[in-house]
Amino acid sequence: MSDFTSEFWSWFIIIPSVLGLLYCVILLMRTNTVKEQKDGEVETMGHVWDEDLEELNNPLPRWWLMMFYITIVFGAVYLVLYPGLGSFAGILNWSSVDRYEQEVKETETLVAPLYAEYLATPVDDLKNNVSAMSTAKRLFANNCAICHGADAAGYTGFPNLTDHDWLYGGDEETVKATILNGRRAAMPAWGAGLGQKGVSEVSEYVYSLTRESVNKHYLPAGKQRYMAMCVACHGPEGKGNMAMGAPNLADNIWLYGGSLRAIAESVDKGRAGNMPAFGNQLTVSQIHLLTAYLSSLQKTVN
Amino acid sequence: MSLQEKVEQNIGLLIILVILVVSVGGIVQIVPLFFQSSTTEPVAGLKPYAALELSGRDLYMRESCVSCHSQMIRPFRTETERYGHYSVAGEFIYDRPFLWGSKRTGPDLARVGGRYSDDWHRIHLINPRDVVPESIMPGYPWLETTPVDASSIQTKMRALAMLGHPYTDEEIEAAPAVLEGKTEMDAMIAYLQGLGILITKRR
Repeated sequence: MSDFTSEFWSWFIIIPSVLGLLYCVILLMRTNTVKEQKDGEVETMGHVWDEDLEELNNPLPRWWLMMFYITIVFGAVYLVLYPGLGSFAGILNWSSVDRYEQEVKETETLVAPLYAEYLATPVDDLKNNVSAMSTAKRLFANNCAICHGADAAGYTGFPNLTDHDWLYGGDEETVKATILNGRRAAMPAWGAGLGQKGVSEVSEYVYSLTRESVNKHYLPAGKQRYMAMCVACHGPEGKGNMAMGAPNLADNIWLYGGSLRAIAESVDKGRAGNMPAFGNQLTVSQIHLLTAYLSSLQKTVN
Repeated sequence: MSLQEKVEQNIGLLIILVILVVSVGGIVQIVPLFFQSSTTEPVAGLKPYAALELSGRDLYMRESCVSCHSQMIRPFRTETERYGHYSVAGEFIYDRPFLWGSKRTGPDLARVGGRYSDDWHRIHLINPRDVVPESIMPGYPWLETTPVDASSIQTKMRALAMLGHPYTDEEIEAAPAVLEGKTEMDAMIAYLQGLGILITKRR
């Protein structure tokens, strides 16, 4: 593509390129004047160095000369067919962007019916479709695995997608919305307001929701603080709230670790888990496929 | 004496003429690019790197990220499928020098901005294997503990302003305060999260 500010730059390329090619032809013809002599005598250039060192003037080897002419012809033909001479697009009208768009279109035509079929299939049926799931698995590996892990079991800070425990909800529409628009959690930092002791008390209470408490004397104050500050999002029983992505604190599944220390850090500094939006990267059909894949990954509950 | 003989016998003249002939190719290829709108005009919304991003970019160079990561998505379907829209020249107007790179031991980073969360980058830069078990990327844990260098930021911004990056005086004035209390990790993440976010559609 050329979009020069002035036509001058087009000629700035065309003239030296064409003249350069012509000059190569003239140079070849002008220097190729020596003929091979019948008696095997060789002309010299007429100068002698170091007493007897002479420069011979043999004719150019024919194969070499022909190669030179062929490259010149190749260059000229190329410049006529393809873009190269300034703004001249070449008579084939080839461009790398066109080539790319054609490549995309070819594949789209190939996969569009397949994706249309997938999109028309309900998630519950799609998850039993082996070929659809092998496509989905690759989509997952390319886009999701880097945070959620190749087995979708997550890491500390990145949710496990196989355990039925959903932060924002595991129904089809919610999962699709999560992939499409991303999610941003906003657990505030309570450290400054609560002080070190306050943080320990609340953490102890949260810990006690799922396990035997260690420092039982913290519990009454911890519960009081919980009921004052945490209850709005995590609920009176610690069951969480999917509308806000507030995790369930009573199921012993911990996004940032369930040790007293990890809980205290969450309370102290807050957490702002962020799932990026994939709406620009994935098509509606691909998101549909991934939703089915996630559904297929759910471990069966006994 | 013919021209040929003169040039053969005068080494100084030979050097000058060789330089002239050889430079024609370079001049014809390179100079017109300075007068082409697709290579000189920024894409819509492009701004020069803010103080924190600029510091992050310098760290990206210091740590040699460019040796393993390219920042150039080529116009092939397989690439745009994975990374997003192919890179265009107008996205790199304020990149001095370019960090396009040519080696992909790791993935291309031209559009890594917004693809992962800040937390992910933090964990990944400290020890990549914490989030990508098969990764061979080295860890950069010192970024987290080193405060970002604020002493030279104004000089850098002024130098870039001289080259035509539209920084305002207020931006340059405020730069050290922006970097106050930030770690190198913050700068690096800010830089990475801004990469390639202006073109959002995949094709």
